[in-house]
Formats: sequence, C-alpha cells, structure tokens
Amino acid sequence: MKKRKPICTSSDWNFEILQDYEREIARIAEKFKLDTYPNQIEIINSEQMMDAYASAGMPVNYHHWSFGKHFINIENNYRRGYMGLAYEIVINSNPCIAYLMEENTSTMQALVIAHACFGHNSFFKNNYLFRTWTDAGSIIDYLVFAKNFISECEERYGTDEVEVLLDSCHALMNQGVDRYKRPYPISVEEEKRRQREREEILQQQVNELWKTIPVKAGDDAKDKTVRFPKEPQENLLYFIEKNAPLLEPWQREIVRIVRKVAQYMYPQRQTKIMNEGWACFWHFHILHELYREGLVNDGFMLEFFQHHTNVIYQPSFDSPHFNGLNPYTLGFGMMQDLKRICENPTAEDKRWFPDIAGSPWLDTLHFAMRDFKDESFILQFLSPRLIRELKLFAVLDDEQHDYLEVAAIHDEDGYQAIRETLAESYNISQHDPNIQVYSVNVRGDRSLTLRHEQHNGRPLEPESTTEVLKHLHRLWGFDVHLQSVVSSLGKATVKQHYDCPEASDPEDDLI
Amino acid sequence: MSFLIDRRQSSKQKSLVNRQRFMRRYRKQIRQAVAENLRARSITNTQSGEKISIPARDLREPIFHHGRGGRVTRVFPGNEKFVSGDRFPRPQGGGGGGGGPGSSDSGEGMDDFVFQISQQEFLDALFEDMELPNLTKRQLSGVEEFKRVKAGFSREGTPSNISIIRSMRSATARRIALGASKRRELRELEEQLAALPDSEDTLPARKKLEERIDQLREQLARIPFLDDFDIQYHRHSKEPLPRSKAVMFCLMDVSGSMDQATKDLAKRFFILLYLFLSRNYEKTDVVFIRHHTSAKEVDEEEFFYSRETGGTVVSSALELMNTIIEARYPVSEWNIYGAQASDGDNWPEDAQRCVTQISRLLPLTQYYAYIEITDQGDKPLWETYLDIQQHHPESFAMQHIKGPEDIYPVFHELFRKQTT
Repeated sequence: MKKRKPICTSSDWNFEILQDYEREIARIAEKFKLDTYPNQIEIINSEQMMDAYASAGMPVNYHHWSFGKHFINIENNYRRGYMGLAYEIVINSNPCIAYLMEENTSTMQALVIAHACFGHNSFFKNNYLFRTWTDAGSIIDYLVFAKNFISECEERYGTDEVEVLLDSCHALMNQGVDRYKRPYPISVEEEKRRQREREEILQQQVNELWKTIPVKAGDDAKDKTVRFPKEPQENLLYFIEKNAPLLEPWQREIVRIVRKVAQYMYPQRQTKIMNEGWACFWHFHILHELYREGLVNDGFMLEFFQHHTNVIYQPSFDSPHFNGLNPYTLGFGMMQDLKRICENPTAEDKRWFPDIAGSPWLDTLHFAMRDFKDESFILQFLSPRLIRELKLFAVLDDEQHDYLEVAAIHDEDGYQAIRETLAESYNISQHDPNIQVYSVNVRGDRSLTLRHEQHNGRPLEPESTTEVLKHLHRLWGFDVHLQSVVSSLGKATVKQHYDCPEASDPEDDLI
Repeated sequence: MSFLIDRRQSSKQKSLVNRQRFMRRYRKQIRQAVAENLRARSITNTQSGEKISIPARDLREPIFHHGRGGRVTRVFPGNEKFVSGDRFPRPQGGGGGGGGPGSSDSGEGMDDFVFQISQQEFLDALFEDMELPNLTKRQLSGVEEFKRVKAGFSREGTPSNISIIRSMRSATARRIALGASKRRELRELEEQLAALPDSEDTLPARKKLEERIDQLREQLARIPFLDDFDIQYHRHSKEPLPRSKAVMFCLMDVSGSMDQATKDLAKRFFILLYLFLSRNYEKTDVVFIRHHTSAKEVDEEEFFYSRETGGTVVSSALELMNTIIEARYPVSEWNIYGAQASDGDNWPEDAQRCVTQISRLLPLTQYYAYIEITDQGDKPLWETYLDIQQHHPESFAMQHIKGPEDIYPVFHELFRKQTT
C-alpha cells in the first residue's frame, strides 16, 4: 500500500486536524461495519468536564444537592491531584454526544474519537439491551422536560419539598427499573401510550386502595379479600407512582422521571465490560489501521501505546493498587481473544468454542456485541486461555466458616467454575438485593410489605436498609415493612424484619 | 456524519446550582464548622476561604445493599501461589480478599467530607441573618465621588477611546457590502473569459470582457479600507460612588488583670467585627488602641501580644479615640465603629470622665459595642456603661462574655437583624 502523509506530527491539535482524524477514522470504521449514530463531538475544558461528571454524564439534568456533593468531591480530588479526569464522556443519544477535553494531545483526541465516537457509539446503537430499553433519539428532550418540570415544581411547591422527594426516589433508584418486561414495539407505541393513559385514569377511579366502602353484612369479607398486588412487583418506583395513596400528581410525575432515568441507565450497568471492551478493541484496531496507511507516525503510536496500556492495566489482587477486576482489561482481553479464536484457533479453542473457532472474526464479534450482556458474554466467551493469562482464581467466603477457601484456579478443573462465578458476579441481581412489593394491607392500615429474597444467604445491610425504608415510608405515606426471607421448598422463612416507623417492640416481630 | 462543536466558551458553572443546593442543605454543619474555624484566623485575613469538614455519615445517600454474611464467591486476578482447596483466614477490614462489591459502598470508616468554600461563602455562612445597625445613615448623605464605567459604544469620541475590534468589524462589513455585486460580476466575467477559446474571432469579445474586468477591479480597489464612519469609540459614563468607608476602633484593656486567654477571647471578637465590617464596606480601616493607665495606638501584633502591667484608666483610651477621629477620620466621610473589650476593671475615680468621653463619642459613631470578658458579676465599668446604654440604646450595646463558646452568640446578638 502506498504510504500517505501523516495527518499531524505535533501534539497540538486544531479543528482541521480533528476533522481529518474523524474523517479517516470514520472511513476505517465503515470498513469494519461499525454502524453508528451521527456524532456530535464537543470540545470542552476541564471545568466543564467536572460538570459533566457531576450530573451523571448527562448534558442536562435536574438540580439536586447530591450532584453538588459529587461535584465538590471531584473538584477536590482533581485539584489536589488525586485523580485525573476522563479523556472523554460519551452519551447514549442520537446524535451521539461525545465530550473531548481540550487538554488532550492530538494523539489522545484521535484515540478518543475512535474509542468513544465509533466504539461506544456503535455499541449504543446495536446492543440489544440499549435497543430494547433506551430511546437514544429522545433522551435529551426528555431530560430537558424533566429539568423544566422539576424546577417548575420547585417554584410552585418549594425547593425543600422537591428535594426530599428526590432524595427518597434516589434511594430506590436501583429498585426502580423493569428488568424483564419488554416495552411495546415502537410502531404502535403512541397508540399503546394513549391506551395506557386511559387505563391509568380508569385505574385511579377504581383504585384498589381507596375502595373502603363497608361491605354489606352477610358478605364474608375475609374470604373475598383480594390480594394486592396480585403478583409481587419488582419495580418499586413504578408501584409507588401508580399506587401510593397520598402522592400529589406532580409528585407522581417526579417519581416517574427518576424511574425513567434509572431505566435509561440500567443497560449501562449491565454492559460495562462489553461496552469498554468493544470500544478499546476498536480504538486499538482503528489506530493500527491508520498507522498501516501511514496516516500516523511512530511517535503517535508510542504515545498511544502508553495510554492504552495504562487503561488496560490490571494489578494483581495483592497489589496495593488493586481495585477489583479492571473492566477495560477483561473486556479488551475477551474481544481480542475472540478475534484470535476466530483466526487462529488452538485445539483447546476448538473444543471449547466449536461454533466460532475459525469463523469470520468480524461477524462473530458483531454478533457477540449485539446479542449479549456482561453476564452472558462472559459465560459464553471467556476462554481458558484468557483465564490463564489473567491468572484468575475464585475465593469462597462462607459465613459458616472462619476461613476463606480457594474454590477454583486457572487449571483444567477450574475453568468452568471460574467462568460461571465471574459471569454470576456481573449479574446485576447479585449486586442489588432482590426486593419486591409483597402485599398491601388494603382493608386495614394500608401498610406496605416488601420482601427480600435472600440469595446464598446474603442478608441486607441493616443500617442503610433502615434509612431507605424511611424514604419509602415518606413516599408511601403509611407503615412500611420489609421481610428478608429465605425460601426453600416453596416455604419462606423470615430471617430479618424491618419496620418503618419502627415497631414499639421489634423483638416481638422477629420470627 | 459528524459535527465538531467548540464548547469551551460556554458556561462552566453548570454545577453551581447543585453546589449551592448542597451548601443550603448542610447550612447548619457549615455554620458550625465556620464558627470553629474562626479560632485560627488572623484578624485581617479575609483573602482566603475556609476548609469545611462535614462528617461523612451525614451526607450518605442510602440504598439497599447486601450486608456481610452468606455464601459469596468472588473472582480475583493474579494468582501466583494458590491451588484449589487452599484455606486461609478471613482478612479483617474491607481490604484484601474479603472486600467485595457489597462491603465497599457501606460508607463506614470513611473520613469526613472535606471541601473548600470561598471567602464569600465563608462570610455568608458566618454572617447569615446579621446586619450592621445604622448602616444607611451616612451612605445617604451627599455623594461626591464618581467612578468611570463602560457604557457601550458611540460614534464620537477621542482617538484614545477607539474600539479597534468594533471599528475593524464595521469596516469589513462595509467593504463586503459595497463590493459584493461587483465581485460577483467580476467572477462571472472571468469565468466567461476563461471559457472563450484563444483565437482571432473571439478577440473583440475578449477585449470587451477584459475592459469591463479592469473597470471592475479599479472600482473595487477604490473602496476604502477604513472610512470615517467605520470608527467607533468606547463610551464611558460617570457613576456616583456611594461612600462606603468604615473605620473600626479596637479598644482593649491590657492591664495586669487581662491574661492571654482573655485577650484571645477579645481577639476573636474583633476578628468577627472586622470580617463583618469589611463585608459591608469597600474600605475598612482598623485602629488598635490599648490602654492601662495611659492609652496608645499600636499595630495588630503589639495589640494582641505585648505584655503590660499596671492599673486601669479607661477614659484615657476613649480620649485617644476622640483625638484620632478628630485628626484622621472626619465624620462626614467615615462610618465609625467602636469595639471595646475589657475585664471590667476601672479606677473608681475614672467613672465620671468615662461618661463624659463616651458621651462625646457616641454622636460620632455608628455603633459602639462593649464586651466584658469576665466570669464574675458586674464590674465597675459595666456599672458605668449601664447608664449610658439606657440613654443611647440605638448606638450603644454591651454584652458579657464568659468563655469562647459565648463569642459567636454574643456577636450574633449584637448585630441581629432588626425585624421591625
């Protein structure tokens, strides 16, 4: 191939250089079939970057003290040099907004454009979770609406009133997402929305909770008591929004806003490894392609390698720098490994991955990116070779024993166990306790009962649970109970019991 | 399809509102921290902000999460020595192998949340709901000083005020506007000319085109680069400057009965007063007068830290204050505040002279505050001043201070916002 002139040989950048890089990277990305939203690349300075950090990466967001706290924290750490700022922030929107720091060198800008504007962007557009759960085209509009609505409420009902409501909603944010129910197809969405609205109005009129008209004598109320809700509800915020007896309409709308934001963020929490892995894989390959064509020089590549290796550095568990598994390392490692399995499969790979060993790598990678989340991606594609490279081992921590036990290491017997354990640890329901609305005492004191299903005997952390229940109590308006249960053979045993307001003698309630 | 946008010039302060929300929410803690931080400050240090520390547990945002216990298996990288089945004791604390996703975000063991507030925020927190009594009196009186402020642009002015950017911008606009049609025609003709083949029969046509082109070029060249009416000038206007100068007199008894601890208490009171005044006035002078049997004007260092002994004649200080006001601080220009700290001792014979002096002083001052630092009952000076206070309740105030914890409340009491 005829070598071309490098786009830029100094570390300073200007807008022409950025445009050149962007054009060339876009051309290469197209060659690799990266399907992206249009890019909106915004150059910002470090202070604006801290702003972007503090509002959860959103370009617009409503006001809340917790964002202020977050901002102060970042500012402190940054000013004292405890942390650097990210080189970019990218937002799952259409057009896809990417913030680039002005302090970046020209090499960094090229790296970041490849990483964010083509790596993350194509992931947002194509991964099934994002396609199902987020609507990139309207998120910015929705956030603008939310911000305006909330500041209107602040004017009308007072900042404090809104603030405590948001506090309560934030406490339940992780329990405010739908996990399994798929939304309606886009084509009939408008129709369905209207229908839902009608349903809501109807539902309000016959709200179960308000049916307090005394039944006629002779009817045996007990036999007829309908369980409410009929089935346990996992989306606490949705349940509150629709059923909390005492909330005003504007309060319901705010609950809804927090719920929507939580739902929008939910896919990102589930695809950290894949998303970063995909983006790193592509900046790595796109920049190599630029080098092959002579568009960047050796100096560029040396600087790039330094940043790249920093990003994917994985300290060992006993290193003072160890802070969990680095998602960039694991993600990039797995993506690279997938390509290798496709191109140069070993006998071991053929045994473990009979269906993809030797297949066209680009198609396989696109398939892996589209149809998996972290948990299933690891379960499907983590290879013994990568386990060996990272020297992964599993440790069992059982409260029954006063020691820890190494459950599996990177050997023939351990590969499967490590793969399963690691995949399981990226299952969000491992992180977030499984808490559902169990029942509402409709005829009595209107108290709300939640149930926490213990998994592997893991209890709730009592202090914060008590605090969150206070928030829930504020939203619900009546007594709130939480039972932490262990189910076996269809029988539930209550292990922990929380009440808000606290029962006069909590000992009595312990079972 | 991509767009590049330069946002560097857009607002940086997106998080300002959130920061203010945060400050508002933790107002109580911040005020407490501010009051504590006062101890360490020098009296005239108003430049720096302050470090505020709030217990981290106050700012927690609780969520449901798992506690310790149950069966958890975690995967770690970098195994060098373990084989499956190895057992080792559970590490204590969050670190090492025991730290998992659940235990790190419980927030326990976290240090205080420390952050920096600006000087403005510091003073806001300190002097919330306080005001200077009689502040308006002299600000309303005759205004004599003026300040030059920018007030847009004008077509007339002196050459030194030419706004180069504005002038060049309008010159460019004029040149573009005047030459646009000619340039367009020129471009068209040039294209036509280039299109004509270079042969004999097109010669007349080419000649005609060339003539017209030359004519246009000449006309374009005649458009002046800079014309008279392009020039714009900065406009300034005079704005009356409200007078806001204050002088604060710090009077302190340094006789043998005042020990260092008492002086420290007085110092803290003076710091507060200084900060408060400098917030309300553009310029604040401080005059330190210390006295035992005779009074002397000194600098800050000497005022607080030099040792003296001897008896106490309060009127000497008041007399010196009167003299200094006469000599340096004409009442028509300055807002005068007096603050006196003492342990309350005074020679009995001096009482009458004190009353005379202070009666001369009070009409000159905006406010005169006396604090008595003692843990005993009313001392002679208190008795003397009590009478004065009854006659001048609007400009004279007195309070007891027993210990450091009283200073801020007493100060707060002296300068409380008058709600009437």
